[in-house]
Amino acid sequence: MREDYTYVVLADDDEDDRLFFTEAFEELKMKTKVDIYKDGVDLMNALNQSDSVLPNILFLDLNMPMKSGLECLKEIKDNQRFKDIAIAIYSTSASEEDIEDTFVNGANIYIKKPNNFNNLKKILSDVVTMNWQYHTSGLNKDNFLLRL
Amino acid sequence: MKIFIKFDFTRICTKVIDEKLMELGIKYRMLNFGEIEFLEEVPADKLEAFDAILKEYGVEKIENQKVILVQKIKDTIIDMVLNANDNINVKSSVYLSEKLGHSYGYLSNVFSEVTYTSVENFIILQRIEHAKSLMINTDLSLTEIAYRLQYSSVAHLSTQFKNTTGITPTTFQRIITKRRELNTNKT
Repeated sequence: MREDYTYVVLADDDEDDRLFFTEAFEELKMKTKVDIYKDGVDLMNALNQSDSVLPNILFLDLNMPMKSGLECLKEIKDNQRFKDIAIAIYSTSASEEDIEDTFVNGANIYIKKPNNFNNLKKILSDVVTMNWQYHTSGLNKDNFLLRL
Repeated sequence: MKIFIKFDFTRICTKVIDEKLMELGIKYRMLNFGEIEFLEEVPADKLEAFDAILKEYGVEKIENQKVILVQKIKDTIIDMVLNANDNINVKSSVYLSEKLGHSYGYLSNVFSEVTYTSVENFIILQRIEHAKSLMINTDLSLTEIAYRLQYSSVAHLSTQFKNTTGITPTTFQRIITKRRELNTNKT
């Protein structure tokens, strides 16, 4: 059995977005632990440590300098060790092309960054709940696609 | 006259449990103190008798009844969704309360309390997941899938699919197909 909290990681180069994200989780009544990285390179370095604790859900901003969210996604999907991580794209873009492309490359969730805090809380709560369902109810994770 | 005695609690408790389980003819193994493993399937009436006897000694079985009930609700729902054809026209609330012997109100309260989601949502999620697996693993058309899962129409299934996942059934199918092509090309 895993611990009864959800471990969440976000990689985002925008400071305000990072702040909103952590605050939203603090206000949710769910048991979560949140870690933040400020870009894709930092994130991948941390994940690639052989003793790293892997998140249950990883939120990836798409547009980051040096290493984009899509590049992180591809690297993660090519590594068997990361196969249980649910990947959520967390982006300002809502272009159908970005959405389909990231889903095809293995993302489970696509979130268009909401412009108000209450929406963000609602969305993050939905994501954690849905992910929890997939974990605890034996659902097939390959079919886990959610767009918010 | 007064005498003084010293108790060995662990030994007393172990001995009581040992004797009672022997009386009931239950094969078991004492693991750490406070944990007992039954070595074979124990019928419900024997378990109840065991619980009752232990109560006299102030020993109580620890279990989270609610978590167990939630698991039963989930199993029943999954079973109901997978065998939708056999349960034509039975309302899920009636089906659940008949199968589990509790009122639907009680069941749905316990469910929400433990899972942070509602029974209705869980049923919808299970039906959509079942639809997904039929879409991917069979040649059934969406119309046939809707019929099998007891949706009143394809439109109803499509709407619920979109509301639950944020994407349409067609987009879902296209993404999964492309994903498979991508993975085949990689290997």
